[in-house]
Amino acid sequence: MRSRDIYSLIFILLIAGIALSIVFAPEGRWLFNRNVSIRLGLDLRGGTQVLLRAAEPVDRSVMQTAAGVIERRINALGVAESVVQLSGNDRIIVEIPGIDNPEQAIETLRGTGKLEFIDTKGEFLAPGTIVRTTGSPNPIALRPTATVTGTESITSTETISPTVPEGPIYESITDGKDLDLNSVQPPQISGQSLQNQFAVPFAFTGESARRLEQFTAANIQRPMCIVLDNQVFSCPVVQAALVGGRGEITTSTRQDAEQIYTQLKYGALPVPLQVESSRTVSASLGQGSVDASIVAGVVGLVTVALFMILFYRLPGVLATVALLLYTLISFALYQLIPVTLTLPGIAGFILSIGVAVDANVLIFARLKEELRRGRSLNASIDAAFVEAWPAIRDSSVATLITCTILFMFGNTFGVSLIKGFALTLGMGILLSLFTSMIVTRTFLHAVNPLPFAQNPWLYELKDAPGMRHVREAA
Amino acid sequence: MDKLVKLRYWWFALSLLVIVPGLVSLAIFGLRLGIDFSGGALWDLQFVERAPGQLDTERIRAIFAAQGFEGALVQLTESQVDGRTVASAVVRTRSLSETDPESQRQQVLNALSAEYGRVNQQSLQTVGATVSAESTRSAVIAVIAACVVILIYLTLAFRRAPHPIRYGICAILAMIHDVLLVLGVASILGVAIGLEVDALFLTALLTVISFSVHDTIVVFDRIRENLINRRPTETFDDIVNHSIVQTLPRSVNTQLTTFFTLVALLLFGGESIRNLVLILLIGLVSGTYSSIFNASQLLVVWENREWNRWFRRSAPPGAEAPAA
Repeated sequence: MRSRDIYSLIFILLIAGIALSIVFAPEGRWLFNRNVSIRLGLDLRGGTQVLLRAAEPVDRSVMQTAAGVIERRINALGVAESVVQLSGNDRIIVEIPGIDNPEQAIETLRGTGKLEFIDTKGEFLAPGTIVRTTGSPNPIALRPTATVTGTESITSTETISPTVPEGPIYESITDGKDLDLNSVQPPQISGQSLQNQFAVPFAFTGESARRLEQFTAANIQRPMCIVLDNQVFSCPVVQAALVGGRGEITTSTRQDAEQIYTQLKYGALPVPLQVESSRTVSASLGQGSVDASIVAGVVGLVTVALFMILFYRLPGVLATVALLLYTLISFALYQLIPVTLTLPGIAGFILSIGVAVDANVLIFARLKEELRRGRSLNASIDAAFVEAWPAIRDSSVATLITCTILFMFGNTFGVSLIKGFALTLGMGILLSLFTSMIVTRTFLHAVNPLPFAQNPWLYELKDAPGMRHVREAA
Repeated sequence: MDKLVKLRYWWFALSLLVIVPGLVSLAIFGLRLGIDFSGGALWDLQFVERAPGQLDTERIRAIFAAQGFEGALVQLTESQVDGRTVASAVVRTRSLSETDPESQRQQVLNALSAEYGRVNQQSLQTVGATVSAESTRSAVIAVIAACVVILIYLTLAFRRAPHPIRYGICAILAMIHDVLLVLGVASILGVAIGLEVDALFLTALLTVISFSVHDTIVVFDRIRENLINRRPTETFDDIVNHSIVQTLPRSVNTQLTTFFTLVALLLFGGESIRNLVLILLIGLVSGTYSSIFNASQLLVVWENREWNRWFRRSAPPGAEAPAA
């Protein structure tokens, strides 16, 4: 074995070791606590993907505000790994994985926001607390299903969670729909005291205005909490009765005032959103697809391995080892990058197993030709790789071109499933160049000095003149 | 084996035998577009309290119609729940309302539950008209882009061989062969088993294109190599035939390994990618056939300028000259 091959072998073992440590990382955590657990797409873990479009022509900035509101609401749902993404000038893509009734959640998201002032009977509530109010006693965030994030926790939460949300119900003083949005004005400096204060004016109408006036008159110097979509925003202290339901919220910094202004003005979505397209998959269907893919992958891998070994004998065995390494590195990359695996993505990977051995097939065919011509095994190996390279290169590039085009095509929302297929197939093509051109070659050189390897039968040949001399000399 | 080139017109005829019926079907019936490209909604429903055979498509259609989804297409299937086989249905309707999809969905599910007991919604996909129009436009762009880029690439790859454009065009012709064959078969399958052309179909088609070119390149690469080491006694026909025979084990073996993985996917890989895999399988067989039996033979036809002979065969000598 030449020293170059020894270095290659060490390099390959090193890569294999790293890949193993990623794939079998305890609790999906790798170096520097990086999350390397397998990411499954919505079609495999269940969930929903929705394309929302503004119902009327709007500016991009308005859509940004809308996306912000939706994001805040999703966070209130307590769903991990959800995605809110602006697409073009008037669309928002929302992805919510792994919850039980995703359509309902989407309805909540695109519903109008609910601003309430609540009576806490003198209690100060921490900002961010989720509360039940008489106006909205059953917030989705407190429903048991909404906290479910992964497939594993479904069963556990179902058994231990109560079916009715717990916690006191606070009385709503005002109804969000009575807020007069025109009265909500940008923060102004309120010049009554020496230090600067900022005030956001607002006004309620109708029944809410009457009740707010009554409540504030009776509760001066006591707290009243502002609640947006069942989430406590702040609990200011009532300074004076709000006559006619008209008042202002004062803060000490401009930043806080700006935030309150935005919440009041845009707590409700700035524009109605329509569901242009949606795709929902149940968790059980997703699990079924995962199981099916694993079976298909194993059957595919074993069949290809058997075929390679029966047809090419010794090189086939080496190619099979290289193929296992290929599978290992593929998954290590998926977990490290990370690549979100979807059903078409897995199909792309399994298909790439077939492609990955193609380079080997080309090389082994050349190897047999060279051996038949009477070259030594060592010379045949090198010649086979050199001769086969142009064909391997050209064909890989052709497939990579298609993968690139498919990947770009997948940027269109309606056909985004394609992206996963193009990505795993493309990665597979690149990786198979490594496993066939370097790994298989190094393995072949590694067995070359072993006496048993100088046997024509192992290469599915009756006779290899180049080997005869070596064996006679031995 | 030494007649692979000689029998070329037989191979061309065999291709036409499959392609022409497909094209006829395409002309008469067209393709069955899936909701990705035509818009609409697809409901995958599981009737947990009903065994397969206890459902009636007409009844389900009527329930959907009563909820405002007239003309639903219902396909009955079965699925496994906790080891039991239960009835399932895949229903295609027009797309859900954009302003209030949730209450529409609830109404349909409630109406179905009232009739059949508990209903699990396995998946629901709804595609609006704008989105499907965008998908169609990008699909057309993707196919054209793929063809153009591959033609450029092939021309570059074979720039050192004599007549590089020929190789590019012959590979493209082989590719068009595969595209036409797949489209034709898809049209026939659309009529026969209701196969729908969706985003995954297009993925399969583009993959077939790249694999077909892949196969053709391997054969052309051998021809290029053998042309350089050409012996004076060898004709172009001989070289091409020789090159095909040399690459035959590789073509067949690669075909087989990919075939195995695809069959594994087809048998075990889950319902939702079955069409993708089926089209890939058909396309792959076609791709291998066209690269062994068509692409190189076209090179020979071009080299010998055989189209001159076609005219002579169809029209007796002198017939072309206008009567005096």
